[in-house]
Amino acid sequence: MPDRSEVSLSPRPASAGAPSPAAGGSASEAEKPAVEFRDIDIAYGKFVAVRDFSLSIRKGSFVTLLGPSGCGKTTILRSIAGLVDISGGQIMIDGRRVDDVPIYKRNIGLVFQSYALFPHKTVFDNVAFGLKYRNVPKPEIARRVGQALDMVRLPGSEKKLPSQLSGGQQQRIALARAIVFEPQVLLLDEPLSALDANMREEMRVEIKKIQKATGITAIFVTHDQEEALSMSDRIVVMNAGSVEQIGTPEEVYETPATAFVADFLGKANMLAGTVSKSDGTTAVTLAAGQTVNVTSPRPLASGSKVTVVVRPQKLSIGAMAGANRLSGRVVSTSYLGGSAIYEIDIGGKTNVRANAPINGHVVREGETIEVGFDPGGCVLLDESGQRIS
Amino acid sequence: MTGIGRMKASRPNKEGKWAWRLTGFVTLCVYIFMFAPIAATVILSFNASMFGGFPMTGFSLQWYGKLMANEAVLAAFRTSLWIALVTAVATTAIGVVTSFALVRFDFPGKQMLSTLVILPALVPETILGVGLLVLIKAVDQPRTLLLLVLGHILLAVPYVVLITQARMVGIRRVYEEAALSLGASRFSSFREITLPLLIPAVVAGALLAFTISFDNTSASLFWRPAGVETMPTQILSMLKISISPEINALGTVMILVTVGIPLIGGLIMQSLTRLKRRGEPKEEAR
Repeated sequence: MPDRSEVSLSPRPASAGAPSPAAGGSASEAEKPAVEFRDIDIAYGKFVAVRDFSLSIRKGSFVTLLGPSGCGKTTILRSIAGLVDISGGQIMIDGRRVDDVPIYKRNIGLVFQSYALFPHKTVFDNVAFGLKYRNVPKPEIARRVGQALDMVRLPGSEKKLPSQLSGGQQQRIALARAIVFEPQVLLLDEPLSALDANMREEMRVEIKKIQKATGITAIFVTHDQEEALSMSDRIVVMNAGSVEQIGTPEEVYETPATAFVADFLGKANMLAGTVSKSDGTTAVTLAAGQTVNVTSPRPLASGSKVTVVVRPQKLSIGAMAGANRLSGRVVSTSYLGGSAIYEIDIGGKTNVRANAPINGHVVREGETIEVGFDPGGCVLLDESGQRIS
Repeated sequence: MTGIGRMKASRPNKEGKWAWRLTGFVTLCVYIFMFAPIAATVILSFNASMFGGFPMTGFSLQWYGKLMANEAVLAAFRTSLWIALVTAVATTAIGVVTSFALVRFDFPGKQMLSTLVILPALVPETILGVGLLVLIKAVDQPRTLLLLVLGHILLAVPYVVLITQARMVGIRRVYEEAALSLGASRFSSFREITLPLLIPAVVAGALLAFTISFDNTSASLFWRPAGVETMPTQILSMLKISISPEINALGTVMILVTVGIPLIGGLIMQSLTRLKRRGEPKEEAR
């Protein structure tokens, strides 16, 4: 494979190097994974869209591929469906190698961002399409289509045309069409991004509910971290064609493996600094000159450069600020009702974002306040952006 | 103040009125220019006079009667009809397949092929006519009806490809991908999804091909086998003798066919789409 050498040049993050078997919780080892990627590479001409991607997905779990546009997540999804050819590695569905199986024989359900309902066919014919090609007898088709429409809460819509339905309704029908023939895997390619905000939240809950009820294995692609955090059993955070971190929503949010993950999920504060003391407690001197105490998983050499990652929610302000008090000037305030997001200039060309509950009064722009965080409320990254563990 | 205001308000109105009158007048002139010859032909076909020109001397259907009795004209009509039908069917099939290939697949030489397929529409018909004639002389083949049909297909293919290609670009690939993912083979997905969505272009292309073939004069003059006349060549040969009112009747029939068929096709398409669009999209109250 000629592009192998090129691929191996890129160092892979530690967490991705050891592909966690059975993403999606504790799997009994005997059970075959629903979908398994073994070192797949996907290249379009010279452009390598995905490199050395390995992942194992447990039956019945909900796995999200999360990343910015162009990170290769959709390409991976399409490779499972057979819409994109892989240039190296193997894809297994239920233990069967599918590299050479054409798309129409793979038995996967696919939901598109743009719904892709056949505009000239009624809702019934749309949903029945997959069953028809599986030679299901007519009465059985009618029964199962009815069932699927009940499941997506659109019973009685059989005779309508897609153009007579709203966007949210069309996406429900698309979902019904993709699950009615009980595929081995359900693939969802940013299914919510074409919907307006209210509908999106409703569909989020609904998709999750239906996935739970049917026990189908689902792979969900999104660039929306909120969707990923709220729906997934496991999240695969991707960047530039490779995996940054695989873990449960809590794991990737609380303990980001890389600087990219910390920044992409929830815009964490990244405070660059140098370790100044490391006997018992670790002290880091920040760029602005302040020194903060942090909890390090292992002793660090004095003088080594680190980045202290603190979530906006872990920063307390004013009287609430306990340890590691830093003083700064509020640059902007966004009032959110229950809480407010403050952007605070702590000197040294560093702004931090704090998301703090409103306690007494909302701090306004220009006021000077104290922010602080617990030594345990942060994650440390080394010079190359990897989490210190 | 109010006076100025009124003046300001009234002036554009006055200008607007004149602009409208002028626009109306010019439009009328253009339409007269476009349709007067057609109207003259149709009106004169009902003229009782022996001469194929104005003034009208009375209303008569005698020229239509003569036409019906003219075996040469009827034969030419049948020939043209058959050639146009075969051309329409063959050209549409070629056009659909070609545009599917050009829009959906990437292959070396694609850009060149898409230009080459349009080329016959740009080359003057007379040149094409001579060219094909020279070619079959070179390979020592007789001029047959088949050659004439092939020639008409050659002339119509570019237009049909252009029409179907434009529609094919508008059919998003996800529809086919969805059909494939649901278990339809490539052929089934083409037959069940792509083709039905392409139907308006297929109908339009077929009608256009029919009209192109039915109307064609110059190329047909080169290609027709000895003793075979199509409608336009028949009219030409009749004109050599005199401008008989019979020609006006024949012209009216041709107008009916070449205008009427696309019109009927268009109406059918319209009612079909109206049927589909019935009922506005509405939110369902749950």
